[in-house]
Amino acid sequence: MRVPIGWLAEYVDVPTGTTVDELDAAFVRLGLEVEAIHRPEEVTGPLVVGRVLEIEELSGFKKPIRYCQVDVGEGRPRGIICGATNFAVGDTVVVALPGAVLPGGFAISARTTYDRVSDGMICSVRELGIGDDHAGILVLAGGGQGSEAGPAPGTPAAPVVGLDDVVIELAVTPDRGYCLSMRGLAREMGTGLATAWRDPAASVPPPAAAAEPAWQVAVDDADRCDRFSMLALEGLDPTAPSPWWMRRRLQQAGVRSISLAVDVTNYVMLELGQPMHAFDRDAVKGPIVVRRARPGERVTTLDGADRALDPDDLLITDDSGPIGLAAVMGGASTEIGDSTSAVLLEAAHWEPTGVARTARRHRLPSEAAKRFERGVDPAMTVVALARAARLLEQYGGARVVGGPVDVDTRTGREPIGLDADRPARTAGVPYPTDEVVARLEAVGCTVTTAGARLSVVPPSWRPDLTDPADLVEEVVRLSGYDAVPSVLPTAPPGRGLTEEQRRRRAIGRALAEDGHVEAPSYPFVGMPVFDALDLPADDERRRVVLVRNPLSEEEPALRTTLLPGLLAALGRNVARGQRDLALFEHGSVFPGGLRRPAPVPGVDRRPDDATITALYEAVPAQPWHVAVALAGNREPRGWWGPGRPAGWADAVQAARRVAAAAGVELTVRAGERAPWHPGRCAELLVTDGAGGERVVGHAGELHPRVCAALDLPARTSVMELDVDALPAAAVPVGSRLSTFPPVHMDVALVVADDHPEAAVRAALAEGAEELLEELRLFDVYTGPPVPEGHRSLAYALTFRAPDRTLTGEEAAAAFTAAVEAAGRATGAVLRG
Amino acid sequence: MSGANDPYDPKQVAALSPEALDDAVSAARTAFDGAADLAGLAAVRPAHLGDRAPVLLARRELGALPPAARADAGKRVNAARQAVTEAYEARLAQLEAERDARVLAEERVDVSLPWDRHPRGARHPVTTLMERISDIFVGMGYEVAEGPELEAEWLNFDALNMAPDHPARTMMDTFFIAGGRDGNEDSGLVLRTHTSPVQARTMLARTPPIYIVAPGRTYRTDELDATHTPVFHQVEGLAVDRGLTMAHLRGTLDHLARALFGADARTRWRPSYFPFTEPSAEFDVWFPEHRDGPRWVEWGGCGMVNPRVLVACGIDPDEYSGFAFGMGIERALQFRSGVGDMRDIVEGDVRFTRTFGVDQ
Repeated sequence: MRVPIGWLAEYVDVPTGTTVDELDAAFVRLGLEVEAIHRPEEVTGPLVVGRVLEIEELSGFKKPIRYCQVDVGEGRPRGIICGATNFAVGDTVVVALPGAVLPGGFAISARTTYDRVSDGMICSVRELGIGDDHAGILVLAGGGQGSEAGPAPGTPAAPVVGLDDVVIELAVTPDRGYCLSMRGLAREMGTGLATAWRDPAASVPPPAAAAEPAWQVAVDDADRCDRFSMLALEGLDPTAPSPWWMRRRLQQAGVRSISLAVDVTNYVMLELGQPMHAFDRDAVKGPIVVRRARPGERVTTLDGADRALDPDDLLITDDSGPIGLAAVMGGASTEIGDSTSAVLLEAAHWEPTGVARTARRHRLPSEAAKRFERGVDPAMTVVALARAARLLEQYGGARVVGGPVDVDTRTGREPIGLDADRPARTAGVPYPTDEVVARLEAVGCTVTTAGARLSVVPPSWRPDLTDPADLVEEVVRLSGYDAVPSVLPTAPPGRGLTEEQRRRRAIGRALAEDGHVEAPSYPFVGMPVFDALDLPADDERRRVVLVRNPLSEEEPALRTTLLPGLLAALGRNVARGQRDLALFEHGSVFPGGLRRPAPVPGVDRRPDDATITALYEAVPAQPWHVAVALAGNREPRGWWGPGRPAGWADAVQAARRVAAAAGVELTVRAGERAPWHPGRCAELLVTDGAGGERVVGHAGELHPRVCAALDLPARTSVMELDVDALPAAAVPVGSRLSTFPPVHMDVALVVADDHPEAAVRAALAEGAEELLEELRLFDVYTGPPVPEGHRSLAYALTFRAPDRTLTGEEAAAAFTAAVEAAGRATGAVLRG
Repeated sequence: MSGANDPYDPKQVAALSPEALDDAVSAARTAFDGAADLAGLAAVRPAHLGDRAPVLLARRELGALPPAARADAGKRVNAARQAVTEAYEARLAQLEAERDARVLAEERVDVSLPWDRHPRGARHPVTTLMERISDIFVGMGYEVAEGPELEAEWLNFDALNMAPDHPARTMMDTFFIAGGRDGNEDSGLVLRTHTSPVQARTMLARTPPIYIVAPGRTYRTDELDATHTPVFHQVEGLAVDRGLTMAHLRGTLDHLARALFGADARTRWRPSYFPFTEPSAEFDVWFPEHRDGPRWVEWGGCGMVNPRVLVACGIDPDEYSGFAFGMGIERALQFRSGVGDMRDIVEGDVRFTRTFGVDQ
């Protein structure tokens, strides 16, 4: 809402000396957010009103040029050259005299041009910096009969054209529909500045009552239209222009000037908050009926769109069918035209949610719809009609015919009961009862006091005030939020973070400490990425949840895996010149598609347990995943030597880090799954409570095809793991430490390649039994003399007894048992 | 050499004479001091401290003395031996110190060389800032609550006093989830537009007193630009208890501001409108450390829980009152860390994130 302060000041006695900043602060204090302050551009020097006395058309130039004699109140006219032609003798215009500086530093001086001395400049709206109107010279008032007289020549023009006006742009919250008008803002500002103010509606004389209403009207849907008023006028001069002051205010408010009839309805809407519509009376056929749309009905609206109507749309109709989409936009068939001299003015009160539905359905967020959705004062319909009629009489020569139509089925508002101390109990500020009453009365409420209980009837323009809490807000707001003290409440003792929350933090920290950088991404994906990842057609990761209104049609789905976003981030970093990358992300994924729609219960009480359960079950599970992507060197080259390229093993190790941070044992074995390299994919498993193994993720090198499809560095390696699938960590049990000396022994075993190292290690540990304290692989060797298809695995074993110094024989026996066990399990033999 | 039973003749026991002992000590000192290095010192040691050294030989002669003279001579011999030993150890220490100084000097390295063999990782500042805020509330006894990002529309809107045709609901720029087989039906689900549904979930599941904070990811259909992102984060707070007032809300926000932005931070309220709170306010925080000088910065919204919300969640509004607040994490990160462009926060560029380390 753009608020010209000069207009507002017509109704509010703004104290002298009030600065724009003080106005700004006052709006903010009242809860009207100031979005912008538009200050007019500065004009210095003599800028005066002039009247055109003579026009001499000069010929012989490339374009028409006029040499004008202009009375600027000096006794002798000045001769001024002008290139525009939209003015006539007798018109009142704005003249910049030599010495004036217009916006943009445009200095005016007397100069010779087109063979004449031009002693000043006749200004356009644009040159004055008060609009973008290209139409030519700003004509304040015409010279012809029937028009208002302009200000006298020589009058300083700056205040006349509103150059002194500041426009404050407000963001009005949806509960404050009444603040979308000068009338509502005047009340707020008068209260906020504690100064006198006038209700512009109060000064409008009611339309003269006549025996017969001017038009026949029936309202079929009183639930959605509880008041429908009309007034008929004739004799309107269709060519009469809107007065400059009205055009100026509309322009300041951001409304385009169209014609007198349209400008007047817009002006009155801004002034009183009542949206109106003007029909060409002669185009309306028969009685007007307000009703819902019938199946198959269509209407062409003022914007030229032919619209199919929904049975929920409310219409204004005549014998020909729909002539307007109620509260939203008028119809083309009854539009005011260039020759319209008889108009039917309509002002009504519509039920807000129905308006919201129609405006949304037809994507028509009009100024009228915006106001009706937020609440319009139903008391205003006839007042606004009278005000508009008065303006059309004054500036367009129109006259009211017949009596006003007023189909009024409103019911009175119920009083709201309010404990007088409730504002104090809510705010923690001791408001006396008389202050509570005074604040509510300032809002426009009627308050009846009965002991400690107030009975409050809100004013017609405040449909948002329905609950005691709403009244409390008005009291606290007008008394000032700054009065609320600062008191820290004492919460009951809490239990700190949950195990799950601690685990997520531990995982993130472990990966970061291990050199990975967190790169959260948007969860939107498109289907082509699943093809790029080589996912089979029946892969469960292709079962997605779809967004109905995605930002990009190319990414309409929610992720079922973290890999697309993470690999995109990897690619972006590579494109920006990074070479060595270790990224991670953890967050929700949205697998499995949808099951059934969620119920939408009422809100007047807690839904029953079955409904709440259905609600929760309709929301799909959104497991928390963690993923890692690596490219380039895992350890950079340096003065210590060459770098070490990142690879499959780093991805698997990242999974182990995650499991360790989560306090869970991870089993790693060969797996096969897209998008991984079939020979370099590890399946990650955990043991669940029942002793069964469960796959929780995969890690390894990406399939070369995937790297090529996604334009990623060769041998990019990734890991993804379902954190929610990890079992709860057991409370660690402290081991008893033996202080007896250990025995260290090494062994090299030759094993066929088809036995995983993990199996050899497991067999060694099993065979060595409880004397084995530590077992560590320290070398893997292939090549002669180790036979083809075999590897040599070298282990360091540490033996120790809990209660004695081990003898050499004991250690040797355990060592032998370990090697024999490995031999039985995997065919491993001691390397000779 | 005298036998034990020989008659006493002090003149014959020359080795025990004070002069002889002094000579032996001074000869030893000269030899030790003359040793150029540890090897030289080791070479001369036997001659002065070995079994055949004069001071040790002198000791053997003591037995030949009559008991009356023995004590006196014994003291002299011990003193001489002590003197030689000390001379040796002094020189030894001196030579060892010289050797150490030389060898350690040769082992000098350039300690300024980088050893960044293990690249630094980092957590995203949005993550760590949410944790930091959560921890401040955990310190006050709050618990951290969570809810799904893909959420039931009823919990995101209706339960929070936003009826289907409410302007505040249509202004929320919501991502709707497609339902039905062809994706054109209602699913009753949205990507949550705020963390407030966690309020509803918590109140449906628990009975007061409730003190929770809910950090998390939220969605609105804004295109990504320097100041907007369609995917962002909020931290929501909710307290429901007997006798809670707006003063308690202010106290809580002031405490948060001080904990996060320094002892001089505080909050300022502007009346505003949220369907789920009444009264409602937007709050600014006084941020003394702003890179462009101390100033008020818009941060979030707050208010007293609307009694209608309490009713929809099964809490008696006559017995309990509550307050709620929420703020944007990206916004806080922007002014706390002077981040000018939203895109830097969301694009996953490692150069941005590394600045923040693991826990900043």
